[in-house]
Amino acid sequence: MSALLEPFRYGFMVDAMLAGMAVGAVCAVLSCFLVLKGWSLMGDAVSHAVLPGIVLAYILALPLALGAFVSGLSCAILTGYIRANSRVKEDTVMGVVFTGLFALGLVMFTKIRSDLHLDHILFGNILGLAPGDLRDTLLIAGATLLIILTLRRDLLLFCFDPAHARTIGLRSGRLYYLLLSLLAVTIVVSLQAVGIILVIAMLVTPGCVGYLLTDRFGRMLWIAAATATICSFLGVYLSFFLNASTGASIVLLQAAVFLLALTFAPKHGLLAVKRRRLATADGLMKDFPTAPVRGSGTPATFR
Amino acid sequence: MIAARSPEAMNRLHSLEIDQLTVSYANGHVALRDASFRLSGGSICALVGVNGSGKSTLFKSIMGLLHPAAGFVRVSGRPVREALRENLIAYVPQSEEVDWSFPVSVWDVVLMGRYGHMNFLRIPRAQDRRIAEESLARVSMLEFRDRQIGELSGGQRKRVFLARALAQEGRVILLDEPFTGVDVKTESAIIALLRELRDEGHVMLVSTHNLGSVPEFCDQAVLINQTVLAAGPTVEVFTEENLNRAFGGVLRHFRFDESTVQKHDGRAVTLLTDDERPLVFGKGGHLEYSQRKGHESVVRQREEREDSEP
Amino acid sequence: MIDTLLIPLRYEYMLKAILVSGAIGGVCAFLSCFITLKGWSLMGDALSHSVVPGVAIAYYIGWPYAAGAFLTGLLAAAGMGFVKAKTRLREDAVIGVVFTAFFALGLFLISRFPAEVDLNAIIFGNILGISNADIVQMLLISAFTLVVLGLKWRDLLLFCFDRTQARALGLNTTFLHFLLLTLLSATAVAALQTVGAVLVVAMFVTPGATAYLLTDRFGRMIALAVAMGVGTSVTGAYASYFFDGSTGGCIVTLQSALFVLAWLFAPKHGMIAARARRRAAGVMEAVA
Repeated sequence: MSALLEPFRYGFMVDAMLAGMAVGAVCAVLSCFLVLKGWSLMGDAVSHAVLPGIVLAYILALPLALGAFVSGLSCAILTGYIRANSRVKEDTVMGVVFTGLFALGLVMFTKIRSDLHLDHILFGNILGLAPGDLRDTLLIAGATLLIILTLRRDLLLFCFDPAHARTIGLRSGRLYYLLLSLLAVTIVVSLQAVGIILVIAMLVTPGCVGYLLTDRFGRMLWIAAATATICSFLGVYLSFFLNASTGASIVLLQAAVFLLALTFAPKHGLLAVKRRRLATADGLMKDFPTAPVRGSGTPATFR
Repeated sequence: MIAARSPEAMNRLHSLEIDQLTVSYANGHVALRDASFRLSGGSICALVGVNGSGKSTLFKSIMGLLHPAAGFVRVSGRPVREALRENLIAYVPQSEEVDWSFPVSVWDVVLMGRYGHMNFLRIPRAQDRRIAEESLARVSMLEFRDRQIGELSGGQRKRVFLARALAQEGRVILLDEPFTGVDVKTESAIIALLRELRDEGHVMLVSTHNLGSVPEFCDQAVLINQTVLAAGPTVEVFTEENLNRAFGGVLRHFRFDESTVQKHDGRAVTLLTDDERPLVFGKGGHLEYSQRKGHESVVRQREEREDSEP
Repeated sequence: MIDTLLIPLRYEYMLKAILVSGAIGGVCAFLSCFITLKGWSLMGDALSHSVVPGVAIAYYIGWPYAAGAFLTGLLAAAGMGFVKAKTRLREDAVIGVVFTAFFALGLFLISRFPAEVDLNAIIFGNILGISNADIVQMLLISAFTLVVLGLKWRDLLLFCFDRTQARALGLNTTFLHFLLLTLLSATAVAALQTVGAVLVVAMFVTPGATAYLLTDRFGRMIALAVAMGVGTSVTGAYASYFFDGSTGGCIVTLQSALFVLAWLFAPKHGMIAARARRRAAGVMEAVA
């Protein structure tokens, strides 16, 4: 029993759980909008693109988070701009831009001598939160969550029908940048916890779980947020015993929940769909006990 | 009838004015050049043209999604941005543009029409709920209010988005292909609703492929192909010459005077259709062909039969 | 000055790295023409991340790393295809869920069972430390890919352009689909050594996208893409001597720079040309 409680005796473990749950919740709520908008891979692009910003901010002695935010956001804006001004498809442009920025960051990183840990940027370092980090993470995550929830109806409408959003006088351009900025902030605040590669999972998987389990947006938000916070808590907790990467544990747990939802979701799960198909086939058999065979029987009216 | 509008707002004449509008895209393609026409309420106007003629460009310009390179759009005398702020413009999208598996209910969608009237947090007041309910009732969809939108039939889906436009209380309503994927019953119900709205002073711009139904319910028509070819009362605009200009070689002709329907007797009738080859049946229920040439035997047989059965 | 520039060429490992990078860069560029036209850019990204657990597992059980990587890559592709076909989730969401799960699994394995797997080598590539056996592996994969592409490029082009038409002509589209996926996985594994898992996608996307801006003919597009792929890989590998061995970073930075140049200055599809056309249209307006 006391062995099970052991992780809670360490301050850094408790900090990690709190930070992980806060980050998980923000990412999950945002993921609902991203999944519905078809922006799942926007998280991929923005998160990779923060690297040059971090390095540049380090060189200029600015806050690293600021650099990360600016370069993540400029990746998204640049993608949109090139897309609008060329004939190349959006996914291709995205691939070109984010890899270009990441490569640039990598070259800059190797050229300067710094005490930045590339590993920590890539995979997070949630167990090594500095004293002020937890407070900052909770504050920024809380504020972001508050903004998303306050404006959730506008954001939902923007995802559902941007043209209608426009006709009721909402500035869809403004909502576009708002959603992008929220995405960039969320990624920056999650870097410490899970790093730039696994944050993509946190920004997609919970939303997919919610979408598989319900047809109502409110419920989808709750399911996603609950999934992510529980997975973050358990992931940090289990990684203590398994002595494995914390970020990877969190993401694997989320993937496991996704698999469960995929299989057992009451309406959209694999089993439910299969059951429905069998039921339909059964019903047809009952309605037509002797199914007419094509080509047999005599034509009634045509001569 | 939706109330809660001040009487002068109701009586004010609403209008849609397109003046020398030119819209070009970033790649240099000019989608619309020098387009002009004017509509004032109440009116139902058909927007007719081939694919790529600039119909959706025109819609997007009216909704402020595209900025004109030259010319302007005015709605009830105001620039687009102001008109949008006053909720004057409503839009009923094409079915293909909507993500039907989106997790929202019928009620959610209709309430979205009220967002422009709500406060910053979009929390519906009693009045918003009442108007949304009335709008749903008006398209007879009230009993489906808790359905997810994907669980509706084609006609029901259309009616939900019409209800949203009603709830928005827009005065200029843009309808994009409202009759595709809709059964005949719903089509006539929608037309009846549009007529009611016209009598209430709304301006409706309906983009449609359905040439045949245009003269039935549209009092105005605009033909476009990169620019406005003709605009005005439907009877004046829908001439054979104008339609041929708008559609180029796309239109199918069915000239009765060359067909097996009638022998050449001077009573020339032409059937124009942009959709498919029309299937025409004669009086006795037999198939008719567009060219007598090659079907002389059919004509002969019929003559013989008519002769034998006086 | 000249002496400094020639230093890299004095080392055998640099020469090897330059040659191997050039070969891989060319093959990836060839493939990139199909990938960009098919709209599979992010599939490349997903596959290159999904190979990570395979590398780890291959090390544990003593297989060549390429075999393990290739298998998990294909497994991920099959998983994405299955989930996409069976649920109402959008394709991009499915890709996101599956590849991050695979990547997390790899990370989990490597952190749980530390072996001689160098995670940094997987993520960023390590062409400068490549062994002769790996060079043989990579050249074999490249040769295989080139031969298949050389034989089947017309079918693949039709498949990318119009799947229905390909099927109507009696081509086996399922086979072509898996063929392209297989080539993608195999090449991703080979490119892993050069540029690393994160930047592989650039090799699969950028040369094709750049060439697409420069020409309207598919044959010319392939030629341009391959030339750019080889050129940037050779130059990048060479330059990485001066950049502390970040070969992937150098290659991809160069490729991106070429893309930006093409995007701005391409004769017909460049932004400046489009601007000029637009202005010309405006002038005609004023005259008319």
